[in-house]
Amino acid sequence: MKRHQNLLLLIAVVLLAALPLWLVERPLGPDGQPAEIFGGADSEAQALITRIAPDYQPWFQPLLEPASGEIASLLFALQAALGAGFIGYYLGCARTREKLRREQRRGEAAARREDEDQEGPAC
Amino acid sequence: MHIMEGFLPIEHAVGWSVAAAPFVAWGIRSVNRRIRENPEQRMLLGVAAAFTFVLSALKLPSVTGSCSHPTGTGLGAVLFGPAAMAPIGAVVLLFQALLLAHGGLTTLGANIFSMAVVGPFAAYGIFALARRLKASLAVSVFLAASLADLLTYVTTSVQLAWAFPDPVGGFGASFLKFAGIFALTQIPLAISEGLLTVVICNALARFNPQELQDLGVAPAPEVRA
Repeated sequence: MKRHQNLLLLIAVVLLAALPLWLVERPLGPDGQPAEIFGGADSEAQALITRIAPDYQPWFQPLLEPASGEIASLLFALQAALGAGFIGYYLGCARTREKLRREQRRGEAAARREDEDQEGPAC
Repeated sequence: MHIMEGFLPIEHAVGWSVAAAPFVAWGIRSVNRRIRENPEQRMLLGVAAAFTFVLSALKLPSVTGSCSHPTGTGLGAVLFGPAAMAPIGAVVLLFQALLLAHGGLTTLGANIFSMAVVGPFAAYGIFALARRLKASLAVSVFLAASLADLLTYVTTSVQLAWAFPDPVGGFGASFLKFAGIFALTQIPLAISEGLLTVVICNALARFNPQELQDLGVAPAPEVRA
């Protein structure tokens, strides 16, 4: 039942991520050409800052900037992979441990029943 | 919610760093004490950190036509209390600031405050409230994680509006503009974060009922059911 629930929840997440790609229409830029879409909210905020305070000068630059968009997505993928790898490892361990525990319990119960069966006829 | 490097005036940058630092210190102490007393919880703490790593790397499209990412701090706050997530969130933000030029060192304090302080504390409070109101574990976790996510982005909007008030409308007008970018975009993502946090909590409840019980997150009967 729980596994079923998780599957439904994951489908809902995929739909939530996929539907905007479908629903949102590409806006037209000032030149009539289709404009950029699905840019980062962070850079939109940055653009808004320069609109509100045109004189503002950033007073510090990033020490290291990814050499290209590809390198940036490499690092983001690495970040996600490290996290997902660890979660997968942990859940795998926990699952096996829980299974072994259950089997042990069942084994003990079976052994107890056997003892009782053997004692039965002797009485 | 990442305020870009250099995009907060220096007094704001310093102020938010000073505001965030005690929470990070408190978090480090609380994590250290927990690991000393319950060494077996170390792995689960790693899961909470890993979850934040994954979720904050996922840039998802939203209905506003821009992309943003969840934060993943709700899970750790529910499991380990709100303070534990401050150092964990700080590590994630530092990684992104140094290697990805995403966020920055000068804005690290402000970003830690929104993602690793306000979010986790909100998650913790909402979870406790929902449990007291007899909501199920799944519903409580969903509300805690998704509202924490949303409040993180509202906090970023407040931080930016405070630093850059609108020349005409002042703080209020500026806040509405930033919230239009951040909070609105975040609504479907916050729902996604809530759902994903429920997924992982379900898995933990199934395979680690004892651990969740030890952490006081779930009483035995509900987890076993």
